[in-house]
Amino acid sequence: MRVLLVLSLALGCAFLVSCDDQTTADKAVEKGILIFGNSSEPQGLDPQLVSGVLESNIIRALFEGLCVEHPSENGTALPGAAKRWKHNEDFTVWTFHLGEDRTWSDGTPVTSLDFLFSYERMLTPKLAAEYAEMLYYIKGAEDFHKAKTTDFNDVGVKALDDFTLEITLRGSLPFLPEITKHYTWYPVPRHVILRENEGDIADPDSGWTMPGKLVSNGPFTLKSWRINDHIEVERNPHYWDAAQVKLNGIRFLPVNNTYTESRMFFDGLMHVTYTLPPELIPYANENYPDEVRSELYLGTKFIRCNVTREVLKDVRVRKALALALDRESLINNVLRGGQQPTYGMVPPFGNYKTPRSVEFDKEKARQLLVEAGYDGTTKKFPVLKLLTTDRDVSKRLAEAYQGMWAQNLGISVEIEQKEWTSYLVAQTNLDYDLADAGWIGDYLDPTTFLDMWIEGGGNNRTGWFDKDFEKLLKDSEHVPDAGERLKVLQSAEEILMSEIPAIPIYWYTTNYIIDKRVKGWSPLLLNNHPFKFISLETNTE
Amino acid sequence: MLRFIFQRLLQGLLVLFVLLTISFFLISALPGDAFVKEKKMSEEALQEQRARFGLDRPVPLQYAMYLKRLIVNQDLGISPKKNREVSYILKQSFPPSVILGLNALFIACVIGIPLGVFSAVKKNTWFDYFSMGFAMIGICVAAFIVGPLLQTFIAMKVPALKVAGWETPLDILLPALTLGLAPAAYLARLTRGGMLEILNQDYVRTAYAKGLPFLTIIRRHTLRGGLLPTVAFLGPAFAGLISGSFVVETIFQVPGMGRHFINGTVDRDIFLLLGCVLYYGFLIVILNLVSDIIQALMNPRLRDSL
Repeated sequence: MRVLLVLSLALGCAFLVSCDDQTTADKAVEKGILIFGNSSEPQGLDPQLVSGVLESNIIRALFEGLCVEHPSENGTALPGAAKRWKHNEDFTVWTFHLGEDRTWSDGTPVTSLDFLFSYERMLTPKLAAEYAEMLYYIKGAEDFHKAKTTDFNDVGVKALDDFTLEITLRGSLPFLPEITKHYTWYPVPRHVILRENEGDIADPDSGWTMPGKLVSNGPFTLKSWRINDHIEVERNPHYWDAAQVKLNGIRFLPVNNTYTESRMFFDGLMHVTYTLPPELIPYANENYPDEVRSELYLGTKFIRCNVTREVLKDVRVRKALALALDRESLINNVLRGGQQPTYGMVPPFGNYKTPRSVEFDKEKARQLLVEAGYDGTTKKFPVLKLLTTDRDVSKRLAEAYQGMWAQNLGISVEIEQKEWTSYLVAQTNLDYDLADAGWIGDYLDPTTFLDMWIEGGGNNRTGWFDKDFEKLLKDSEHVPDAGERLKVLQSAEEILMSEIPAIPIYWYTTNYIIDKRVKGWSPLLLNNHPFKFISLETNTE
Repeated sequence: MLRFIFQRLLQGLLVLFVLLTISFFLISALPGDAFVKEKKMSEEALQEQRARFGLDRPVPLQYAMYLKRLIVNQDLGISPKKNREVSYILKQSFPPSVILGLNALFIACVIGIPLGVFSAVKKNTWFDYFSMGFAMIGICVAAFIVGPLLQTFIAMKVPALKVAGWETPLDILLPALTLGLAPAAYLARLTRGGMLEILNQDYVRTAYAKGLPFLTIIRRHTLRGGLLPTVAFLGPAFAGLISGSFVVETIFQVPGMGRHFINGTVDRDIFLLLGCVLYYGFLIVILNLVSDIIQALMNPRLRDSL
């Protein structure tokens, strides 16, 4: 009976409310709250214990590193927790002057001791930080993290005074400010963590990140968090640059059904979507032409080759597989998201010139296969397995590769779909022949795409290594001149691409829909929009 | 009666134990664990994390530790993926699933039972064919088709209804309808079958012969017996509905339990999954018992045999 009552009441309300033609998004604009599609429930909000893009979106609203992203210029660092910084001649020692007016959201000043604490916590082995390698640029950090040293004084971070932080690096790093924008370099509140975790620096308990307890130093603070429903942040009154912050809050929605997410946008429930499924791009282009965005994103799609497999040990075979793929056709007919065909591993940006290494050339591909001994008569090309995930788009992509290899090389490849974790495990154990994969850059520097291919690197997963390649990567750390350094890295990429342990396919784009009323949102290669510069305009017409 | 309940509860405990044991070993047999990530963690960090959750021990020992913690401390453990207490996660996700499930069940009963009763009464008429056809469609068409159709053709047209979300009471309507349609169809067919059997009984013919009004015959003499199969179905169906549906929750963005089942499996979130399994098993045991008791109350022959 009660249910009946509730239902009839609800229906009654429906008719009353249906007179209201304002959508949720309209009301949120009036309140200055941005509604942001954020894909999935975050794993957590402790900047030192997560490693995902969706977590970084929320963490970027809550915390602030030494430098922050420019709202429209790629690779420009603006003052964040640090008001200014300087470096020595060869970029190995950096001094950051923290602003005295920077405080945590509870009013406690942000000092260089907070940074010292944060880096020590991140590198303490017991914390088991997922992405501690991001701090390995600091002198002695790797040894401390791997417990080869136990005294944090051996790590190149010093507090010269309460508001001056000196960082000594293991090599030249002209782009350190760029790296400090990454959440792994953000400070965490020493006073809160020590209090919550009873003085234990490495207690991974993230109770301190719960609503009501989380203290942050960014433009927003945590307001509410309901699992699989929303995370809402609100304006931080203690933020040093509060005058710049236009939004009153941001509501992050973990909508992992991409179709639902798009429908939510069409129904006026959201301002920015996380993505736009390829099937809905034509519909969105027709109905929301001014709101659909397709922007370059710092990521590369590639196919890993397991070079420990007999057939794939031969570089000519790998090259043949690479040259036989018509990337333009793949993008225009399968993906339709405006991706860019690759000719190297590192996406082109800034002053880095990606060496032109692979292009579609089926004649040459066939010739390479014949040179490798697979002429169709004496030696038969074995059936290879192409590992991919169980996602729809992965399957379509794999079928396209399969077709192109059959057509252009006359070889057959079987598709093996696995669910996500099994797919990752198979790659890590080198239990595959070819694997569809990709990589998203963490910062604007070629090393974010090159460092992973070193011997035994956790993300290499191909069994390939090359001493000359690794030497060039090491050498680049001691070239203080930025231009020269990039040339060294180009040489390294040339080696990588001549060996081609992974076949690059396309450079990513992000496709999404954004409400016209969202202002201050410009395309950024890392898609890491600084929320403090974003506003909602009430009148667009 | 009390002895019967006590016996069934003991059996239930055994069922839960077997369920938990099988689930534990099956989850442990899956490749990878909660710490397998696209960006691979360092070996040191992996070791540290596994040790923290006891996942570096042999599986039987892990199981013994889990059981001990569960029985002695009534602790479901910490989700290794979300780094939060499983009980906290379940506590947050339980209410939306119950609300959604109750409403779906309500919709299922309101649509299914009358449809079944009328189909039985109007056997082999156009109404019967139409409603049973509808029931067949309800069973065959999956939620992942009904949900998006309702979103596109109803939610996006009616301003008061939202495509997805879980804030106002109205947000319950479309997911509950999507979730309730399949059981409504089952209920209609079950009720029709049960009612047909009763309608052919001698005592019903006698009632007609006595000249009792039609509605009285249905209400007083046939419903009680005709609905027995329906009640037997309702117990487990209810448990299924309130433990959430991955598809409906994902389509309509309902922050319920269903999503944890699937995401927990993909994430290898062992303790969260076991928590969900325990919870689902517990519901099935209890609701089956309740459904048995209700059946006994409705059927004197059953009641006497207890």
